[in-house]
Amino acid sequence: MGCDMKILIKGGRVLDPAHEIDGILDVLIEDGKIGRIGKNLQAADAEVIDAADKVVAPGLIDIHVHLRDPGYEYKEDIVSGTRAAAAGGFTSVACMPNTDPVNDNKTVTHYILRKAQDEGAVNVFPVGSITKGLKGESLAEMGELKEAGCLALSDDGRPVASGEMMRRALEYARPFGLTIISHAEDLSLVGDGVMNEGFTATEMGLKGIPWVAEDAAVARDVMLAEFTGSRLHVAHVSTRGSVAIVRAAKKRGVAVTCEATPHHFTLTEEAVRGYDTNAKMNPPLRSAEDVDAIREGLADGTIDAIATDHAPHHLDEKNVEFNAALNGVVGLETALPLTLRLVNDGVLGLNEAIARLTVGPARALGIPRGTLEVGVPADVTIIDPAAKWTLEAAALHSKSKNTPFDGWKMKGAATHTIVGGKVVWKRS
Amino acid sequence: MLFPHKHILGTEQLSREDIQLVLDTAESFKEVNSRSIKKVPTLRGKTIINLFFEASTRTRTSFEIAGKRLSADTINITASSSSVVKGETLEDTARNIEAMHPDIIVMRHGASGAPHYLAQRLNCSVINAGDGAHEHPSQALLDLLTMRQHKGRIEGLTVAIIGDITHSRVARSNLYALTKMGARVRLAGPGTMVPPGIERLGAEVHTSLESAIAGADVVMMLRIQLERQGKTLMPTLREYARFYGLNPENLKGAKEDAIVMHPGPLNRGVEISSFVADGKQGVILDQVENGVAVRMALLYLVGGGEHPQG
Repeated sequence: MGCDMKILIKGGRVLDPAHEIDGILDVLIEDGKIGRIGKNLQAADAEVIDAADKVVAPGLIDIHVHLRDPGYEYKEDIVSGTRAAAAGGFTSVACMPNTDPVNDNKTVTHYILRKAQDEGAVNVFPVGSITKGLKGESLAEMGELKEAGCLALSDDGRPVASGEMMRRALEYARPFGLTIISHAEDLSLVGDGVMNEGFTATEMGLKGIPWVAEDAAVARDVMLAEFTGSRLHVAHVSTRGSVAIVRAAKKRGVAVTCEATPHHFTLTEEAVRGYDTNAKMNPPLRSAEDVDAIREGLADGTIDAIATDHAPHHLDEKNVEFNAALNGVVGLETALPLTLRLVNDGVLGLNEAIARLTVGPARALGIPRGTLEVGVPADVTIIDPAAKWTLEAAALHSKSKNTPFDGWKMKGAATHTIVGGKVVWKRS
Repeated sequence: MLFPHKHILGTEQLSREDIQLVLDTAESFKEVNSRSIKKVPTLRGKTIINLFFEASTRTRTSFEIAGKRLSADTINITASSSSVVKGETLEDTARNIEAMHPDIIVMRHGASGAPHYLAQRLNCSVINAGDGAHEHPSQALLDLLTMRQHKGRIEGLTVAIIGDITHSRVARSNLYALTKMGARVRLAGPGTMVPPGIERLGAEVHTSLESAIAGADVVMMLRIQLERQGKTLMPTLREYARFYGLNPENLKGAKEDAIVMHPGPLNRGVEISSFVADGKQGVILDQVENGVAVRMALLYLVGGGEHPQG
């Protein structure tokens, strides 16, 4: 995605949390890389982007995306998914391995990387599976997955049920420098639950998923990370208990990071009322107390990354009775404005918000992106924090429109998404 | 007065006045049910479809008889004979039925919220005949009619509901309806079968059957699903009967003139002993009889009728 053209981004508020840069500066992009950052830069042959009143940030990174390719292209594919990412301001996405076939071998990894290279709008970092076929029975060929280009491994969508298997995965992945991602869920406690257990579920007559199903699994995996000394990243924490467990582990020096989704810090279980299948996801929307705890965790840095768990599903898979609907919502095109809501609400400073969308997720999975350091590939997102717009599900770039935010009034949008020095999205 | 609801999805949506109107209307239809010619022409020309995705004899028959006694044309569709088994979606099934222009669909479905889903998408009226563990409004209304018949009022009654509250749509619908009418509702069941937050719906949660029925005017026993035995929710039916079954001995704790109710079908010797079910305090068959009248009232009111007494 290299590009010979020069771009000069003038007069924006440049934020690079990794280097504690925050000021009205110019950014010059040359040869697809960050060339210079400074005041009053000049470059006669550069295309100039006026960024006055805009925020110039490292390209946003979403480390939890389902591109559904190969196998479920009717929901999403690498082309549509990366286009949605670009429109949402993301320059990099990490895609989950629960495709068909599963990304548990180098051939699938190669396919994803090749297609992303040829047809994708943004960088794609494939996540391989921990166990073959996501079955939890035998380890995937982690060494080859690493060679092929995977930075992290996850059985996302399913927990690694056996404690011994998780222990061995952590031990085996360590010398390869692979991060193990925990989809933390005790399935025996989840049972056939379809929403958060509590008063709302009781009233609606829907089977509940208790918070302890997540907390117990997070606790196990965090203890295993401590025991093995390996790197662990906890996906989509949704309960106060999970946040507390990770916070305490970090204090003890355990190599653990975690992420939270915009829907878990924006919505409560109340959104399920009316049996809205677009509010059905896993982990489920939780209580107001849990939402508060997630926000606190984001503010104090316990939660390193905001990740969308972008989970496209076809209309036919959502337009059914609640019990029968598939779990998941799309998130790439709503994450930025929902994160900026936290800034407007005083939960996060703009700096922290950008950090949770850039350097935080990059460090969690070891993605070599997330800063505006001179010489790195020029992934830059220009944000208009004041842009007011209304989300229309039908207008999403994703093939699937399963969002609980249809009709929401949003504030803040990416005006330019630049990947490797090339503008891949420009807001009209 | 016109009934303000197009659909009957639950007792949660009904006001005190709505419930009063349903009960009064049902009362007037009870007379029709005792005539030798049990038919009035009120819903002549209307088509009612009973769309049942779960097995049911009592409720389906009751709705069918209710429709027929109002001179409507009633058709029964059950899941086993429908195209559901061929993989058709709920929406397609419903749209196909709607294309034949029914006036009312009476629906039972295993998924909570399924009738709400249908009501949002169809033009005809939808009556919920039981959805998952959510609501079963016609059952609660017939229960209220039975209480009123025996106790002369509902306000001020103490009603104990015993059993598997978590999985019971009967319990939820009764809880909404009874609290709206000013009754006091107590609940008790095994610790695994009392759902979190239920007290916020206005119920008193008791830890034993004995404490729940002490001084009660009405004791309502819920049916326990036999297949729950020996799994994680309860050890054995034997132990269930011991601690949560109603028998002549523990019934003495209720008021002397307390009535005993059960939505049926009975598991004799499990949640209720035959001596109680068939004893002088049992009103289970009155419930069934009142079921027809209440369902006539619901069909009539949703079908656009005014109170027959003006």
